[in-house]
Amino acid sequence: MFLLSQQRPLELKIFFPNSSQFAGLSDISIPQDIPVEGEITIPVRSRIREFDSSTLNESVQNTIMRDLKAVGKKFMHVLYPRKSNTLLRDWDLWGPLILCVTLALMLQRGSVDSEKDGGPQFAEVFVIVWFGAVTITLNSKLLGGNISFFQSLCVLGYCILPLTMAMLVCRLVLLAEPGPINFMVRLFVVIIMFAWSIVASTAFLADSQPPNRKALAVYPVFLFYFVISWMILTFTPQ
Amino acid sequence: MYSACKLNKQGDNIQPWQFGDTTTSLAANPDATTISIEDPGETPKHRAGPPRSLGREEDDELLGNDDSDKTELLAGQKKSSPFWTFEYYQTFFDVDTYQVFDRIKGSLLPIPGKNFVRLYIRSNPDLYGPFWICATLVFAIAISGNLSNFLIHLGEKTYHYVPEFRKVSIAATIIYAYAWLVPLALWGFLVWRNSKVMSIVSYSFLEIVCVYGYSLFIYIPTAILWIIPQKAVRWVLVMIALGVSGSVLAMTFWPAVREDNRRIALATIVTIVLLHMLLSVGCLAYFFDAPEMDHLLTSTAAPNQTVVAAKSS
Repeated sequence: MFLLSQQRPLELKIFFPNSSQFAGLSDISIPQDIPVEGEITIPVRSRIREFDSSTLNESVQNTIMRDLKAVGKKFMHVLYPRKSNTLLRDWDLWGPLILCVTLALMLQRGSVDSEKDGGPQFAEVFVIVWFGAVTITLNSKLLGGNISFFQSLCVLGYCILPLTMAMLVCRLVLLAEPGPINFMVRLFVVIIMFAWSIVASTAFLADSQPPNRKALAVYPVFLFYFVISWMILTFTPQ
Repeated sequence: MYSACKLNKQGDNIQPWQFGDTTTSLAANPDATTISIEDPGETPKHRAGPPRSLGREEDDELLGNDDSDKTELLAGQKKSSPFWTFEYYQTFFDVDTYQVFDRIKGSLLPIPGKNFVRLYIRSNPDLYGPFWICATLVFAIAISGNLSNFLIHLGEKTYHYVPEFRKVSIAATIIYAYAWLVPLALWGFLVWRNSKVMSIVSYSFLEIVCVYGYSLFIYIPTAILWIIPQKAVRWVLVMIALGVSGSVLAMTFWPAVREDNRRIALATIVTIVLLHMLLSVGCLAYFFDAPEMDHLLTSTAAPNQTVVAAKSS
């Protein structure tokens, strides 16, 4: 019936009753039969198929740009945290993945010397970020929060953005001469970005908790970003 | 505080709730039946009993008056979901912020005669405190150890700073194993002794985990203060922390083993405190380098090397 074609040509005939029966239409004179031709699109199934086929047919560049724009929009929301629902409503995990991989790659060292190399490996950073985010999400759900699992993962992942920027700045600063001033600059940058992450994530997450447990839900977020900041601050290149 | 509502003879509610003054309303309408609901937070003050010795009073506190029986019944009614549902685990996180703070305060200030479990946990053991206190402790020990080693070896030319990230996983294994396996062993031991010697007081597994978790809180500031590279300071801190948390544990578990054979009771308490001390001393030894010795070693090694080099050339 509606299988192949989404749009059917339709012939519709409208019959108008005598105009005297309707007071408001009394000054309109309409002939008896008006053939109306048009096309009807059937709502439920064919709309989905229409959407699918239109995104299937579009170019790869369009698809990628659409997702990248969504990710970029959320980055802006993190950098200028306002009370808005965008991060929560249209959650996606691309942004957290990009940020986590970037951060883990930047925390790598040049050489593969495992005895002297005491820093976190790629897998360790990855595990800390993702398992940390999962644990915090489970914690906030167990405390009675009404945020969904993936929304919370999305928010926590996106709020790593300030710390990733701090990592970039630290790597640039480390190209200069090492010394106490170098360290103070890095410390200052990391502290500012850490505070920014906490403020951004609290702005999104705090409302979803019952009011007498907000501190209990926010403390693990603090611990999570503190550990990531520590990893960034103690990064020393070979 | 009593609150009452007036009903007429058919039992319909003819007046809204009036708080406080029941006498005037009764006087106004003496035929009305009144229903009074007692505020469950009040402890009934009219209980009189024969004079008891100090030890038995504690037991009465632990056995409970009606108040704690009520709360225990309510607590029993709470955990009714099967264990594979999410709601079952939510009952272990049913704490508010002020409750967690109260429990932490109770673990820091052990008052003799006040049982930690009875006072803070009896109706509501939680897993939030133990889990996050252990997590904080893991990172506190790893980070402080790293910082302290960095400060100790600061001036040396041969020292290259490494963040030593492996130690985080080791610290996590140690602390979480201690916080879960030792309560499991202790609970099993108490259940076994209970089957032989009937004891008045018995704790559930979660309550024991809760006590152990909160008693580890004192080690967080201790670990941060262990950064100070003085041996004497570190050992004083070990003693203070052991005193505080050991006494919390001892005062909690003494009523549970008191009925037993004297020697077994004492041995249990001593083992609990000894394991606690082993944990703290072990962490201090493994994560924090000894302060003055390394300096001495490197400074005595350097002239030796120069002497050897001079001899060989």
